[in-house]
Amino acid sequence: MRTIAPWLALAFAFAAAPMIFSSGSALTTMSLMGVMIVFALSYNMLLGQTGLLSFGHAVYYGLGGFVAIHAMNAVINAKLGVPAIVIPLVGGLAGLGFGFLFGLVSTRRAGIVFSMISLGLGELVSSSSFILRSFFGGEEGVTTNRAKLAHFLGFRFVSQIEVYYLIAFWCFVCALAMYALTRTPFGRMCNAVRDNPERVEFIGYSPRMLRLIAFSFSAFFAGAAGGLAAIDFEIMNAQQLGAQQSSLVLLMAYVGGIGAFAGPIIGAIVITFLQISLSDVTSAWQLYFGLLFIGVVTWAPGGIAGLLALHRQALRQGEAWRLAPAYAMAAPALAACVVGAIMLIELGNRELALERSEGSAMRLFGFSVDSASLAPWVVAIFLLGVGLASMRRLWPGVESAWGTVNARLLEKAA
Amino acid sequence: MLQLITFSTLNGVLYGMLLFMMASGLTLIFSMMGVLNFAHASFYMLGAYFGFEISRHIGFWPGFFVAPLLVGALGALVERFGLRRVHRLGHVSELLFTFGLAFVIVEVVQMVWGKLPVDYRVPPSLDFVAFRLFDTTYPAYRMFMLLTAIAMFAALFAVLTRTRVGLVIQAALTHPEAVAMLGHNVPGLFMLVFGAGAALAGLAGVIAGPALVTQPGMADLLGPILFVVIVVGGLGSLTGALVASLLIGIVQTFAVAMNGSLAEILGPDAPPLLGDLWQVTIAQLAPVIPYLLLVLVLIFRPTGLMGTRES
Repeated sequence: MRTIAPWLALAFAFAAAPMIFSSGSALTTMSLMGVMIVFALSYNMLLGQTGLLSFGHAVYYGLGGFVAIHAMNAVINAKLGVPAIVIPLVGGLAGLGFGFLFGLVSTRRAGIVFSMISLGLGELVSSSSFILRSFFGGEEGVTTNRAKLAHFLGFRFVSQIEVYYLIAFWCFVCALAMYALTRTPFGRMCNAVRDNPERVEFIGYSPRMLRLIAFSFSAFFAGAAGGLAAIDFEIMNAQQLGAQQSSLVLLMAYVGGIGAFAGPIIGAIVITFLQISLSDVTSAWQLYFGLLFIGVVTWAPGGIAGLLALHRQALRQGEAWRLAPAYAMAAPALAACVVGAIMLIELGNRELALERSEGSAMRLFGFSVDSASLAPWVVAIFLLGVGLASMRRLWPGVESAWGTVNARLLEKAA
Repeated sequence: MLQLITFSTLNGVLYGMLLFMMASGLTLIFSMMGVLNFAHASFYMLGAYFGFEISRHIGFWPGFFVAPLLVGALGALVERFGLRRVHRLGHVSELLFTFGLAFVIVEVVQMVWGKLPVDYRVPPSLDFVAFRLFDTTYPAYRMFMLLTAIAMFAALFAVLTRTRVGLVIQAALTHPEAVAMLGHNVPGLFMLVFGAGAALAGLAGVIAGPALVTQPGMADLLGPILFVVIVVGGLGSLTGALVASLLIGIVQTFAVAMNGSLAEILGPDAPPLLGDLWQVTIAQLAPVIPYLLLVLVLIFRPTGLMGTRES
């Protein structure tokens, strides 16, 4: 029951989401989130579960998408009765094929060498995309029209809501399959390869073979995500398999948390949401992404899921109240840091990048300020300085509160 | 033909030496600290932009000397206050830290200097023709770049083999624990090497900025090739980095100058499904060549050309 409950909740959330967020833009966002959840989960099969840090995972997403889109066009031209719902499988199989092929080259070693080969293969494929124009469609990419596909049980998958449910269905199936994989002996062996490849060899397994299988599976799900994207966008271009997309999936998985299965799901939802909403608010949004990533790497290597898991245990054991005073003290300091930093970035962005075109008057946290005047800068630097200084003083308090909580938890466990 | 070979060789060596200026720092940092610095090409870009900014206000020459020092100082600060903090979390966290840093640097550069290329020019004192060969002129600035790169190579070699610090660095490459136990300040050494590596990359940026294009995408263009260089050369091997830099520099420069395609050699009729491949010229293949080389080297010689260790 304890393993089934979260999945029922997830299925319910997928089904009910469009009833709560029913606007057109919300549906588009949620469809994208579904695609990205599959993509990020497939990435974490490598990074979190097998310990392979890839810088070229978008290759399998993109190639899956391209093959899917060509398959859709071929099906339409030949008037075959293939509905849209099977297209993600085509993408997945394409991902599997390319993943096996490139995996033969790249999984011979783990660690830095693997990362470098994945980076090289990523660059290789994305620079070939400008050479093999008939497959990748050059700069403008390849388009299709999902409305011309055959219908399935009366669904034509033309409107966004139908596409959303198609993506939600596949997202659920893929997530469940990937979770099931982690529970198999194979999934356990992947963890063993991540933690200690030498011992894996001693008990008679080939780490290389395990890495290759994990890599191929991961590429399969990445390809399926690409197939979903092909249905959703009805266009694929070279950007989808480039370095930017590969960095994005790393960002999602890591910020969400690579240590927990649900981490990449959280990451995909949060990052996609931020990507869409932040870019409306500020033109410096990519800078915030970079800083967020550095912040997570430095201070919360477990990601959002890691932080949640940490607190959940304390909550369950009824020890969380011990943290409250220290948190209450540190929260205003943290808020001052964040607000000060955001103010500085926004003022800097206005003064350096936008001042010439849009003038120096701007709105910041609901106030009208002039980035050419001194006052907002003084406030920003003051907030950041005071925030940083008080964080330095208050942090030991938070740490000692955690020390007490951990000691109590250990006592209860014993 | 002779003309093509002469100039392509010159330009190839120049490009290769430029790559080596960055790859040397990158491979030194990697072999000492185990950190693959993704932000290394960003330091190169910062060098170009700092050089541009200083040349705009004071002149090219002050920029030539000051900008690398600024970049080096910045690198040292990054090591002291960023990387050292992440160090306890392991090498993957360190690598991801520099990955995020590269992202942030690009965004800041775009914010400060805009998304379009800036007008970073060759200084008038170097803007003349160095020599004329087969009716083609060769600009003096390129000779200056080549000389700078060679001078830097000689200086690096001298420091590493002739000075006390250099010997300690060499020792720390293979036996960091033993060096620490002998009482040397290894964290301080890390900061020094990281800063010096960043300064070298900055110097490469200052001299490459006017010759190539100074724009926010320059780090992303060069970064992956740098990794190819140090992996092909063998991780942690300086000689390997030199050989791989020159190899990639020369091969890529020659490829750009060539126009042959399969259609020219085997006739215009392409077999089905291979139409694109038939029409591709060698020049168009140039951007792909380093990565093909990487894959081939890793298949047939996983340690790289001169490397001794696998990871």
